[in-house]
Amino acid sequence: MTVESHTGRGDGGDAAPGEERGRVLPSLGVYLIGLVFALGLTATAFWVAQTHLLWAPGIPIGLCVLAIAQMGVHLVFFLHITTGPDNTNNVLALAFGVLIVFLVVAGSLWIMANLNHNMMPMDQLTNLHLQH
Amino acid sequence: MTAADAAVRSPHDPHKLGRARERIDGLPKDAGRGQGGPAPKRIIIAYGFWIFLLSDIVMFSALFAAYAVLQGATAGGPTGRQLFNLNNVAIETGCLLLSSFTCGLMMVAAEARSVLWTQLGLLITGLLGLGFVALELHEFADMIGQGAGPQRSAFLSAFFALVGCHGAHVSCGLLWLGTMMAQLLAKGFRPTILHRLMCFSLFWHALDIIWVALFTVVYLLGAIR
Repeated sequence: MTVESHTGRGDGGDAAPGEERGRVLPSLGVYLIGLVFALGLTATAFWVAQTHLLWAPGIPIGLCVLAIAQMGVHLVFFLHITTGPDNTNNVLALAFGVLIVFLVVAGSLWIMANLNHNMMPMDQLTNLHLQH
Repeated sequence: MTAADAAVRSPHDPHKLGRARERIDGLPKDAGRGQGGPAPKRIIIAYGFWIFLLSDIVMFSALFAAYAVLQGATAGGPTGRQLFNLNNVAIETGCLLLSSFTCGLMMVAAEARSVLWTQLGLLITGLLGLGFVALELHEFADMIGQGAGPQRSAFLSAFFALVGCHGAHVSCGLLWLGTMMAQLLAKGFRPTILHRLMCFSLFWHALDIIWVALFTVVYLLGAIR
């Protein structure tokens, strides 16, 4: 395989993850926009966590929103995952990964919260042991 | 015209189905779509690596779940609020974010086949990554020095498992980065080297995505609690 055919613009119908297609902007510009967005979101997140200006009960959900937004920025501008037809495979794999991550994290939290709620307090548990 | 003639005249469409005639860069336009033959190797390698990265993220999700469940189980020991130094975390985050950016620039240089700029991009990426690992190790040493090691409480066990696993990934990435610099020096821009550089940049960007989740869930949410 020659080096030229290896650059891959247009070979096959798919884009590899991390590969940039379309070229709306020169690739340097895409990374720069991504960096600016990511820095902005990171700075906002650190400010939100340390400020006293915001309504405290809303801060955790705000931080989660900022984190998800930043992960989106990284996926789009650094990993070049798009909604184009050449990216279908990459997006589907990502969607499956996100589903599993959601099931593992939300399922664990849900089950453990229920267990904690339903568990007999420790002192009663010890008493039961002593009675037998 | 016999079938053999037809196969010679049109070797890519021996059964005259009328498909796979349009060719780009020597490969059928619809390669990898079930008609034009297998996808190019570059696509297959990057896609396989993408699947690996997603499975790695699934593994991290289990550590995240363990941390989230055990967050309150401090066993009378120090809490995250007492232990975490957000300034340190901000510098770590900056290091990793900038190294992700320079890794992207490295790939731009590799696309342009510039050995000098690619090596420079790898070097800066590596130095920023090294700074991140050094800061994290310093933080760990500090915490263990205060008696807040992984054996102190379930919360700290989960913390060291999660953050340590990410740090181990970054360290392995640094080892890979050094190897790539040596390979690029010795072999130049061969297709295999370009594949490896592509996989490395995917790995490095993915680590940064995991760090975004990590600094939010562990440090920022831990510090406000």
